Amino acid sequence: MAYYSVREAIAALRRAPGLAILSATSIGLSLFVLGIFGVAAYNLDVTLQAVERRVEVVAYLRDDISAAQLEVLQNDVSSFPEVESLTHVSKFEAMRNAIQQLEEFRDVFTDLEMNPLPASVEVRLRPAYRDPTSVARVAELIALYPFVEDVRYGREWVDKIYQLRRLGGAVAVILGVAFAVVAILIIGTTVRMAVLARREEIAIMRLVGATDGFIRRPFLLEGFITGLGGGLLALFLTYAAFLVVDGSLINLEWVPASWAGGGTLAGGLLGLAASGAALRRHLTTYG
Amino acid sequence: MIKLINVYKEFPRSGLALKNASFHLRKGEFAFLTGPSGAGKTTVLQLIHMAERPTDGEVRVSGFSSGRMRRRDIPKLRRRVGMVFQNFRLLRDRTAAENLAFALEVTGARRSEMKAKVQRLLAHVGLAARAGAYPDELSGGEQQRIAIARALIHDPVVLLADEPMGNLDERAARSVFELMRDINASGTAVLMATHDVELVRRYSQYRVIELSEGAIVYDSGNSDGVL
Repeated sequence: MAYYSVREAIAALRRAPGLAILSATSIGLSLFVLGIFGVAAYNLDVTLQAVERRVEVVAYLRDDISAAQLEVLQNDVSSFPEVESLTHVSKFEAMRNAIQQLEEFRDVFTDLEMNPLPASVEVRLRPAYRDPTSVARVAELIALYPFVEDVRYGREWVDKIYQLRRLGGAVAVILGVAFAVVAILIIGTTVRMAVLARREEIAIMRLVGATDGFIRRPFLLEGFITGLGGGLLALFLTYAAFLVVDGSLINLEWVPASWAGGGTLAGGLLGLAASGAALRRHLTTYG
Repeated sequence: MIKLINVYKEFPRSGLALKNASFHLRKGEFAFLTGPSGAGKTTVLQLIHMAERPTDGEVRVSGFSSGRMRRRDIPKLRRRVGMVFQNFRLLRDRTAAENLAFALEVTGARRSEMKAKVQRLLAHVGLAARAGAYPDELSGGEQQRIAIARALIHDPVVLLADEPMGNLDERAARSVFELMRDINASGTAVLMATHDVELVRRYSQYRVIELSEGAIVYDSGNSDGVL
């Protein structure tokens, strides 16, 4: 039975190579748009992650903080579930950093009789807690310590990054679903054409007592092979577009292998699903 | 073996095709289903083949009932009920032998069994020498013989024939009809739809069920036609 399905699926592809190529190309082009969008979404995500990694809460300490108080603060804050790491920056280190980072004010800093910069504790948060609510909560908790002068975390930036991320996610889902539906419709139509081209053969199969499952299998396999072909074409086109754009217009990262493999396999699965739907309709309509 | 019990069939567009039709076709019987075009002959055959379900009433075929039958049981029924048509319905891109083998293969037969069975059936319909010919290379009579061989491939209990000689010249028609009589003589019941009144008169020993406007208006009924 499996031999029959494979043989018939291959024979069908050979009998009408034009239709098979048309189907695979249609699927490939739909998935290509999805692929381009995938590369863009992935790179947006990579960029946002890089920015997000820099989200930190800085607690500026009073000058009269004792070593014991600093230790209490460090121990307490380290134990917060939101906190990934914590770095103490002394007054001396703060000045050294300022001189390094603000080269043009070097003379101003070196001429000072006393160091006006406060010591601080830089708190880095775990990835899951980099949303505005968590960041604000950690900042509020740290601000409760009496020996903490001020707490800063760039509220606006955190809000914007978070909003951008959510927007990116929503757009990804909406466009992804839209293009997947387009791909399914195209595959469904092409498979339906293939089914109609072979309706007499299907009718004869039913006439002599073939089960629906037996009739369906070669078509499902044909749909999967065609879809997989479309997926491979989309992968090729997407990678070609990536090579053209990367470096010349903007620096991009290629998507992980699991994305590329998953996208190609999705083509096959879309072909399978669309064939199944087209055939179920045909078998139900034609008794 | 085949029973129609007070069967009505109504189609959404064309309306009532069959009205209160009842008859019993016994094992090994040969019967003509006659009547003018549109009388409901094809509808009766489709109901027996379960390509259609009755709007009311019941169709029983070799242990299967239209009322209780599930969709997945239909293939089992169709392996017990052979069917041939006026237009043969052969696959044009396959040879005569391949058309028969196809009917075996799609029902999951083992390849080793196929060849012997195909050869036997081709010989049975007198076309062993034409095994490699494509339908377009065969005459109408030969094509119908291949279609009959295909209908017999699962050793059915009944052969349904819908105007099987309608597209054939007189000589070919006679030869196909003789083949159907042979098949009946070997124990397979035959229900043949035809509007050829002359043929029905000539073979008056067989049962006649006559339809008019969807109703059975005459049934020679009894066991006269049982072999």
